[in-house]
Amino acid sequence: MNTDTQIGERPTMTRDVTAALAERANSLRHGPDERGRFGIFGGRFVAETLMPLILELEAAYEAAKADPEFRRDLDFHLKDYVGRPSPLWLARRLTAELGGARIYLKREELNHTGSHKLNNVMGQILLARRMGRTRIIAETGAGQHGVATATVCALFGLKCVIYMGATDVERQQPNVFRMRLLGAEVHAVQSGAGTLKDAMNDALRDWVANVHDTYYLIGTVAGPHPYPAMVRDFQCVIGDESRAQLQEAEGRLPDAVVASVGGGSNAMGIFHAFLDDPAVRLIGVEAAGRGLDSGEQAASISRGRPGVLHGNRTYLLQDDEGQITEAHSISAGLDYPGIGPEHSWLHEIGRAEYVGITDQEALDAFQLCTRTEGIIPALECAHALAHVAKIAPKMGQDDIILMNLSGRGDKDIFTVAKHLGVTL
Amino acid sequence: MSGAAKPGRRIAARFAELANPADGSGVGRGALIPFLEACDPDYETSLAILRGMPAAGADLIEIGVPFTDPMADGPTIQAAAKRGLRAGSTLSRVLEMVRRFREGDSTTPVVLMGYLNPIESYGAERFCTDAGAAGVDGLIVVDLPSEEADLLEAPAEAAGLDIIRLVAPTTTAERLGLVLRGASGFVYYVSIAGITGTRSASEADLAAALPKVRAATDMPVAIGFGIRTPAQAAGAVRVADAAVVASVLIETLASSLDADGRAGPDTVRLVLDQVAALADGVRSARRALISTEI
Repeated sequence: MNTDTQIGERPTMTRDVTAALAERANSLRHGPDERGRFGIFGGRFVAETLMPLILELEAAYEAAKADPEFRRDLDFHLKDYVGRPSPLWLARRLTAELGGARIYLKREELNHTGSHKLNNVMGQILLARRMGRTRIIAETGAGQHGVATATVCALFGLKCVIYMGATDVERQQPNVFRMRLLGAEVHAVQSGAGTLKDAMNDALRDWVANVHDTYYLIGTVAGPHPYPAMVRDFQCVIGDESRAQLQEAEGRLPDAVVASVGGGSNAMGIFHAFLDDPAVRLIGVEAAGRGLDSGEQAASISRGRPGVLHGNRTYLLQDDEGQITEAHSISAGLDYPGIGPEHSWLHEIGRAEYVGITDQEALDAFQLCTRTEGIIPALECAHALAHVAKIAPKMGQDDIILMNLSGRGDKDIFTVAKHLGVTL
Repeated sequence: MSGAAKPGRRIAARFAELANPADGSGVGRGALIPFLEACDPDYETSLAILRGMPAAGADLIEIGVPFTDPMADGPTIQAAAKRGLRAGSTLSRVLEMVRRFREGDSTTPVVLMGYLNPIESYGAERFCTDAGAAGVDGLIVVDLPSEEADLLEAPAEAAGLDIIRLVAPTTTAERLGLVLRGASGFVYYVSIAGITGTRSASEADLAAALPKVRAATDMPVAIGFGIRTPAQAAGAVRVADAAVVASVLIETLASSLDADGRAGPDTVRLVLDQVAALADGVRSARRALISTEI
């Protein structure tokens, strides 16, 4: 059991500056460096046409961060539009069924639009408005980020164009319809396997061709600097709230924090508050698809190696020639051959662990959570639930697992029905 | 002034010879740089196109290295890359192609255009060494901006390869110095903010943009993206030193393929005929040598 000595302790005027600086140097929470790197990962690998834009974005974001008015505006929208703070729920029946550690679910699925995605989208849309951009583009996999983006574009009256792989358009029809209702133009991307990677390629191509009025609203902690850091900052609210809520409920830190990882924004959002607490295990759950060694998976860290794609250096699924290979997952939101660079770094320095969960295990956990807690989880976070189901029974009843329930599963019922052999 | 044409290298030699021809006329001309995607639609066909290009009027040649995720390319070159990969293109095969081209041509500069990941996977240092040995003269790595270029600069220099930098309409005057630092061979001016094969810059846009680039470097300047016709190629070399033509040649190649994507009997000839027509356009735009260019 961990005893939290950090909470409530704040730097004071009397504190030795040298000690404060040393502490900062020892912290894992201050990345990236000025080149946008976390260790060797991250960076800005984009064509020259985009370089001036991402430098402008970085400057605009730094200015916004330092502006109390921006913070106030964001807090207002997070509270009254997104619906924050989200509750922390002790999953009693799930805990009893698994017979081990107490399981707390961070209820990000209760946010407006049904996932954690709106935290980041709200931050970036306010930034885009500050920058005077009038046209918003975004990529989406499961459609959660696309729906969140289309939502804020409706809220602020901005033109919205969503790129979505043709395969994903097919398997996420409800979200496609939602985006169109919200006024977004949805482009089905035919190239590649028609999934998230291809959607991101086409969004980048759109941006390069429409630099004068367009803001590219990336949905995860990947892409060229400053996106990985900026998206993480906007998602950190998840971990910050969880930490305080758990402190109130249990008076201590969790023993393990578990989150699913595609690009990795919900995981970074909940991990970041705990990076400097070495006793807290951080576990990212990748999609093992039909099995880690089946050749059909989306586990970039477990089965990939470092490379450069979509503007950053990170772990990627690729062949011996450096060609990017197709990812597979039952969950469209995890179906991506890369991962955010900060995760690659946390993996390399051993601060976070990354494990794989198969399609079948996720389907089982999807049903388990629905049955025991009355919460239908998104297939993405069903992967995290499946890992929780594996480790909780091996932990003591005084141990605590904090899991990010990052999205609701209404969008997935058709996929799940199909796998269960049910015709709707 | 930033960047430099490196004497003793094929690219610098070719531009110098075109600007100030040995015939003593004092009337130089710009260069035509046609593009082909390696192994599109197959190794032998693309090698035949490559070998035929100098006689058809290519002054330098740009070879695209197929990559699964060519983010700066439009649908035409994306499709070419896909065909190239399906035909078994690898970096080793591309270098072998250049080596075979060099058996019959020791003067036409060859530039490889591609993305970073396959190069890193091959090993940046080993790649530069092997590329230099195969007869490659320069590299354009699309997703390697100046901010990240240090990882390729030393091995490229050691192998005698020019690093060709892209300058875009979005590149600010303040950035130009940084972008051109460490550049050599020539400067590639991306004439539109956009992807390949989509739209074209007007002559007025080009005439407005080029002086800014010229003011920042003494290196030759090539214009690429959106040049499709002999007249556009002529227009480009009236304000710059070279015209890069890519997508329209790929379209010609693609339209000659059979239903299964295999080369037709006329594939090589059709592409080379188009190169010849573009070369006529470029050669029609001869320019009197002005003193500052000597």
